[in-house]
Amino acid sequence: MLTLMNTIVNYSYYLFTLLISLLLIREIIKTKDIYEIVLYSIILVPFILRSLRLK
Amino acid sequence: MSKEQNLKILKVICLLLVAVVIFISGRTFQEHRNYQEEVVLGPGVTAVMTLGDYFEPIKGTINDSNIYFIDSGEPGPTVMVIGRSHPEEPATNLTAQILVENAEIETGRLIVAISANRSASTSTRPGEGYPLYYSVDTEWGSKTFRMGDRWTHPLDSWPDPEVYVHYPSRQMLSYADIRNQNRTWPGRADGSITEQTNYAFINLINQEGVELFIDLHTAELEYSVNNCIVTHERGQDIASMAAMTLTFEQFEYPIGVEFSPPALRGLSHREVGDHTDAISLLFEAPTMILDRIRGATNEELLMGGDDPFVRRAGEYGLLYVPIPEDGWPMVTRVARHVETFTEVLKQWNFNYPDNQIMVSGLPNYAEIKANGIGYYYRNPADYSEDRIRYE
Repeated sequence: MLTLMNTIVNYSYYLFTLLISLLLIREIIKTKDIYEIVLYSIILVPFILRSLRLK
Repeated sequence: MSKEQNLKILKVICLLLVAVVIFISGRTFQEHRNYQEEVVLGPGVTAVMTLGDYFEPIKGTINDSNIYFIDSGEPGPTVMVIGRSHPEEPATNLTAQILVENAEIETGRLIVAISANRSASTSTRPGEGYPLYYSVDTEWGSKTFRMGDRWTHPLDSWPDPEVYVHYPSRQMLSYADIRNQNRTWPGRADGSITEQTNYAFINLINQEGVELFIDLHTAELEYSVNNCIVTHERGQDIASMAAMTLTFEQFEYPIGVEFSPPALRGLSHREVGDHTDAISLLFEAPTMILDRIRGATNEELLMGGDDPFVRRAGEYGLLYVPIPEDGWPMVTRVARHVETFTEVLKQWNFNYPDNQIMVSGLPNYAEIKANGIGYYYRNPADYSEDRIRYE
C-alpha cells in the first residue's frame, strides 16, 4: 500500500512539474515585464530538469 | 525597433539561455549517473553474479549490483564484504575493489559487493559543493570514480515520508533514512528500492551461507563512532582481538571497538546479526569531507583528507579522532580498512580453527601507505573484456 501511494505521488509530482513548466513558459510569452521574463526563465530550469528526470 | 519587438527578442534570448543551461547541466547529471567504473577481475575471482539473482524485483534496476565471488572450492567459511553502502564514503568502494582485483583464496570463500547501493552512487550533493568525480593515480594513468551521496538517488526513490518507520521494528527514524541503506536493514520485499536492496542482500547472505559479514564505512571526525569496528554481540571476541592487535602492532593511531546498540535499528551491524546466522561487523575510518565545519569541499579535501577548519576544531578538543601530521588521506583510510579486514580474518581463524579462511594477495597497511592505492588496481587495457566488469 505504501509503495502504491508513493508511486501515485511520484507520478503526480512529475505531472505537476510538467504543468508548472508549461505555465511558466506561457507566462514568459504573455508578460510584458522584463523582470518577470528573467525571473520566470530562472525558475523554469529546475522544473524542466525534473520533468525530464535529469535531476 | 519597437518596445514590443525588443521584448520578443528578450524572450527568445531568455528561452534559448534556459535551453542551453538545461542542456549543459542535464548532460553533466546524465554523464555522472551513467559513468562506468572499470573493475578488472583479479586472479581469485571465480564468478560474478548480480544482486537481482537473489531477489527478482531488483533484477535490471539500478541496484542490480555486481556480486563478486572469490571461491577456493575448499571447505571453509563464507565471508562477505560490502562497500559503497554510503557512496559519499569512497574509501569503502576503493577498498572493496582492491579485494576484488587482488585477493586469492586457499580455503573458504569471499563474496564482495563494491557498490552495495549503486543508486546512491549516481547522485551527489551539488548544494554542498561535492565534487562529481575523484581520481586515483596509478602506474598506467589516472583512474576516475564517481563520487556519490549517502542516500538512494531521489530519481529512484521518491517521495520520502514525513517520518520513516523502520521495518520490522517500527522504530521512527529521520524521513530521509528511508533512502539510507544503513538504516533500512533487514529490508522488506514490498518496500522502497533501498529496503528491497537490503532484502536481496539478506537473501544472498542466507542462500550463500555467509558466516561473517563486513560493512565498510567512513565517518566525520565530529562523530563519536569513528576509527573503530562496530560489532554485533556475536562478533565481540573477533572485533576486540582484531582491534587490540591492530592498535599494538600496525596502526599509528588506535582503532577501537563499539558494541552495536540493541535499540538502534536498521543498521547492518545490528540487523544482519539479528536476522541471519552471519556475524556482522562494520568498519569506520575518519574522513574530513563529511565534517560539517570543513572549508573548501573539493577533490583535494576528499583525497588529501586535511582541512584547516577541522584541524582548528581539533585544537579545541571538539573532535573524537586525533589528526595526524598528514591528516587522514584516502590512502590511510583504505590501508586501515584492508589491514582491519585481514586482521579480522586472522582472528576468525584463531576462534574457529576447524573452519578457516585463508586469503592471500592483499597488501598490508605499510605497503599500501608506501605504494599508494593506485598501485593495486590493474590496467583494464591489459585484460580481455570477459575479465572486466563495470560499477
